[in-house]
Amino acid sequence: MSVRTLEVDGKMITALEGQTIFSAAWDSGIHIPRLCHLGGLSDVGACRLCLVEIDGQKRLQPSCMTKVAEDMVVRTNTPALRAHRRLIVELLLAERNHVCSVCVLNGACELQDLAAQLGVDHVRLRPQYPTLDVDLSHDRFGLDHNRCILCTRCVRVCDEVEGAHTWDVAGRGKNSRVITDLGEPWGESASCTSCGKCVQVCPTGALFSKGKTVADMRKDRGFLRYIVTAREKKLWIA
Amino acid sequence: MNRCIRIEPVTRIEGHAKITIEVDETGAVSSARFHVTEFRGFEKICQGRPFQEMPGLMARVCGICPVSHVLASSKAGDMLLGVEIPRAAEKQRRLVNYAQVLQSHALSFFHLSAPDLLLGFDSPAPKRNIFGLLAEDQDFARRGIRLRQFGQRIIETVGGKRIHPGWSGPGGVSRQFTNAQRDEILSWIPEVLESIHLALGRLKSLLDSFPEELNHIGNFPSLFLATVNDEGGLEYYDGTIRIVDSAGNCIAEHLDPTRYSTFLGEASEDYSYMKFPFYRPFGYPQGHYRVGPLARLNVARFAGTSLADRELREFKQRGEGAVCQSFHYHLARLIEMLHCAERIEELMADRDLFDDNIHAKASLNRREGIGSCEAPRGTLFHHYWVDKNGLMTKADLLIATAQNNHAMNASVEQTARRFLKPLEESNDFEEGMVNRVEAAIRCYDPCLSCSTHALGRMRLVVEIVNNGAVLRRLTRSGA
Repeated sequence: MSVRTLEVDGKMITALEGQTIFSAAWDSGIHIPRLCHLGGLSDVGACRLCLVEIDGQKRLQPSCMTKVAEDMVVRTNTPALRAHRRLIVELLLAERNHVCSVCVLNGACELQDLAAQLGVDHVRLRPQYPTLDVDLSHDRFGLDHNRCILCTRCVRVCDEVEGAHTWDVAGRGKNSRVITDLGEPWGESASCTSCGKCVQVCPTGALFSKGKTVADMRKDRGFLRYIVTAREKKLWIA
Repeated sequence: MNRCIRIEPVTRIEGHAKITIEVDETGAVSSARFHVTEFRGFEKICQGRPFQEMPGLMARVCGICPVSHVLASSKAGDMLLGVEIPRAAEKQRRLVNYAQVLQSHALSFFHLSAPDLLLGFDSPAPKRNIFGLLAEDQDFARRGIRLRQFGQRIIETVGGKRIHPGWSGPGGVSRQFTNAQRDEILSWIPEVLESIHLALGRLKSLLDSFPEELNHIGNFPSLFLATVNDEGGLEYYDGTIRIVDSAGNCIAEHLDPTRYSTFLGEASEDYSYMKFPFYRPFGYPQGHYRVGPLARLNVARFAGTSLADRELREFKQRGEGAVCQSFHYHLARLIEMLHCAERIEELMADRDLFDDNIHAKASLNRREGIGSCEAPRGTLFHHYWVDKNGLMTKADLLIATAQNNHAMNASVEQTARRFLKPLEESNDFEEGMVNRVEAAIRCYDPCLSCSTHALGRMRLVVEIVNNGAVLRRLTRSGA
């Protein structure tokens, strides 16, 4: 596989052909913010937080979906990009009811961390305060739509890693919701294996283990690297 | 010509309220009422949320006594799970509850009421606060602040946060108690006991200089209600309800707090957002009762710790039967602080506290759960109903301050009648006398955000009304 050389934030880096800008930048210690990307899962470019400026292109590009090219010049952290990212986080916070103070993941939430990192000390947009359900029908896990940012990590991990494809997205626009099977309560899903991978990859407290109280939960994603590496190396095939 | 005095906002209390005093042609007080002007609606906010979230959510009812709400809510959750929690979890909850009673009482006594008591009811209003106290007696004021810090520090180290600790939930607590925490807490004890003794001595020596206030700021017969342990001793976390009357006779005992609705009713009046609880067998308003420090000391047969027991025996001699002067809430508060400090020291030697089994594992087993404990201001009840998945369908909170509502109104009226006389040369009233009306409220250390579970800023207003026309309106910004 050939190597490409490109400039990211003034730094010359090398990347493998076919690698995304996001991945190449992270390998070189340049951490582009993201919420929907998770190493080991396919990319969908849903959250738009990893948008970057590329010389010669008028539009901003999602770095998780854009492949590196020779002599590419990329900027990941300009004032304009920071303003865009801040607005995206504000939009996410205004869209549903994110109340950190009573959330199981308070203190360990990717959305909360990103908001802090981007200096979101208030939301300039009018909160929508939608009336959304909490699904506690599953024996071990709960789903709180109020905290869901529709990153679809749960959908991808369930489909690509667990192979159950219990999760999907129904509805359009602001009516979009993650659903189990054809919209049945999670506890009645015939395809769910109760493996809990969706809960661990969820960046917020939308998917949580039941019985946890405020700020009581920490997510462990170590399993993902283990499974994906083992699969790539065909460790389980005799 | 009738007139009306409105005190708005009432200062140096926790919450937002006003007092209205009606004055007739002769200048005599015809009626006086305490209005709580907040409305919040926590009972609605929690609907549709998981019951495991309730301790964290309900703690937000109050920033002064969040631990009480966390504990009552956790206990309601324990009942929903149908479990008996591990002993270490129970001991941790007890420890943090003692710490909270101590810090809340320190706030009430030193920050809110001591300026009246030590500087005088008639001292200049701009100096009648904690800063005035600091200027007058720096050591005493600092000790008060340090006492509060001690309580807050225990809450922080055990519960994870000074305000709204979320470490306790249905089934137990989430972190183990350590030797390092014990050592830090123990290092405070000598100073804490010394400061409380100092304050007790100071208050007791001052009581004789307030004969008027002592006998006319909320001195009336009523029932007293509090939680006691199996032997009838002082209890804050878990026990049964005991009720005594003003003669000290036991009206009821061994009442199960989870059946509170069978013996306590709630009436409402159109002038306040706060309800008026009463003891059902006596009806409303005859069944009105007082809760909190004064009630706990009247109800308990003994304290159970040596220093507090000595003070309690002396305290009980101040009344015939029960001590009925609400002014003695202050003294009761200091005795309770002593008891809490002793209990905290005792707990540090309890090996159960250090056990690593801190959480009972269970899923939802009941649809209705009730938790109660003694909050700094009195008995607190949380009553939850959930659906088959554990989502809240309804909540009912019975708050300590609300249970003192009738007594606060009676105290305001009694104080106004006794002290409020118009100045001859003007339509005005002496400021120090108006302050006494506010002080009647401060005896109860009301927490109005709790009692209405309401949204609002902290203000209190006194209004003087003449035939419906407001003659004078005394307003002050928050305490």
